[in-house]
Amino acid sequence: MTEAVLSTLAVSGGFNDPVFEAQGVFRALMDATARPGTLHDLPASVAPPAPLGPGSGAIAVSMCDPDTPVWLGDGADSEGVRAWLSFQCGAPVVQEPDKSTFAFVRAGAMPALNALALGTQEYPDRSTTLVVEVEALEGGPRLILEGPGIDGQRTVKPMGLPEDFAAQRSASRALFPRGVDIVLVAGLRMMALPRSTVVSHDNETEAG
Amino acid sequence: MSAATALGGDLATYNFAYLDEQTKRMIRRAILKAIAIPGYQVPFASREMPMPYGWGTGGVQVTASIIGPQDVLKVIDQGADDTTNAVSIRAFFQKVANVSVTTKTREASIIQTRHRIPEEKLQAGQVLVYQVPIPEPLRFLEPRETETRKMHALEEYGLMHVKLYEDIARHGHIATTYAYPVLVSGRYVMDPSPTPKFDNPKMDMSEALQLFGAGREKRIYAIPPHTKVVSLDFEDHPFEIQTFDEPCALCGAEGVYLDEVILDDRGGRMFVCSDTDHCESRRADGHRGRLSPDEAYAGHGKTEGEAVR
Repeated sequence: MTEAVLSTLAVSGGFNDPVFEAQGVFRALMDATARPGTLHDLPASVAPPAPLGPGSGAIAVSMCDPDTPVWLGDGADSEGVRAWLSFQCGAPVVQEPDKSTFAFVRAGAMPALNALALGTQEYPDRSTTLVVEVEALEGGPRLILEGPGIDGQRTVKPMGLPEDFAAQRSASRALFPRGVDIVLVAGLRMMALPRSTVVSHDNETEAG
Repeated sequence: MSAATALGGDLATYNFAYLDEQTKRMIRRAILKAIAIPGYQVPFASREMPMPYGWGTGGVQVTASIIGPQDVLKVIDQGADDTTNAVSIRAFFQKVANVSVTTKTREASIIQTRHRIPEEKLQAGQVLVYQVPIPEPLRFLEPRETETRKMHALEEYGLMHVKLYEDIARHGHIATTYAYPVLVSGRYVMDPSPTPKFDNPKMDMSEALQLFGAGREKRIYAIPPHTKVVSLDFEDHPFEIQTFDEPCALCGAEGVYLDEVILDDRGGRMFVCSDTDHCESRRADGHRGRLSPDEAYAGHGKTEGEAVR
């Protein structure tokens, strides 16, 4: 009985139109990464099993495949999610976050950034992209962003990130070009904080 | 809409934009990492394309991975919309992706280019895709990939400055005129592809996203918008772009990059805009040059190129 329910969940809730929805989601990700902190809609119709959110699900189905080990943190992991990812993407789920190409987690359960794959100095691209489900992308504490893709400064107010998020990013920015690229998702809205972006609290003047 | 309808439905057909979905995902992941690490060359599993290496297979794969049905594509080859490479790549995407195409820079959402940046300032939301033959700026100084990779890792770019210095010692000035190395966002030295150094300043703090694809060498790299791009130079030999003695012979434009055209076997020549769209829109606006065929020019007595852009 349980197995039958799981398999139904696994095979439903993917893209209706895989080619064009994947392209739309990727373009949103590309524009978001090119302009860190800007808000973008993910034009997709996915319904992943709980607890994975629709935005995270859309990114997973668009970007993950058998070549991308996936790590699932608290708020993104369940038997249903594993079966769904396996059917929709064929992506292997790994236990160690530093072996993952993509990692999905809820903001409250975010792993330390240096527990993920940071890449190497020679191959900084061999790093984890961390997809974080936040409560909301607006209305939280102010964060100041600077760096490539930003004309001067940009202010963002994601809600529900750990208090030491800016400090972790600063420490991580010092390792550049190694680092973790972060995508914040709420529902089907998202913003990107690639490793090149310097994140600071409103009252700080520190630059990475 | 599917590629099958685009092709008439009854033929064996390709996926939208030619590449299969797994290849697109692999290239898309490389593009995202490239944007996150400006100037760093991300290795990717370049595919064989239905055109030879050297014809822009890297740029074509990048364009095929980002393009959607709503995009408007422009393709230029040395600035021109009407040369073989540009015409065939444009036709390729019309056929396999059924997208709208244009020759107007401002109407395009994706511009694939071989060796020029359009004269018209690019806008936010546009993507410039470069075709790159040799992505490694240090390759002619150090042939071993293991070594150049280590040099990038250690930010060890002294050799490049020695090369530019040797130019000065030998020629009295920096003799590199195309593929002039740049420093991206203060970290990676990057080859801007064989664009004339005239175009280097346009890469700096551009509104548009710039993506670079090298098919044979299997590398993708990127410059996000609003990113500092500095051409390498010395305090006493600052970077300079090419200048031209005369304006475009057809539209009278100054401050643009010109191609030399031989007219006869007695030394006759003219200089015309390499950016054909820029030249045509100027002529449509009534600008005339020295050799402009239009009658209107005869009455003017001098070129109208004074309107500096």
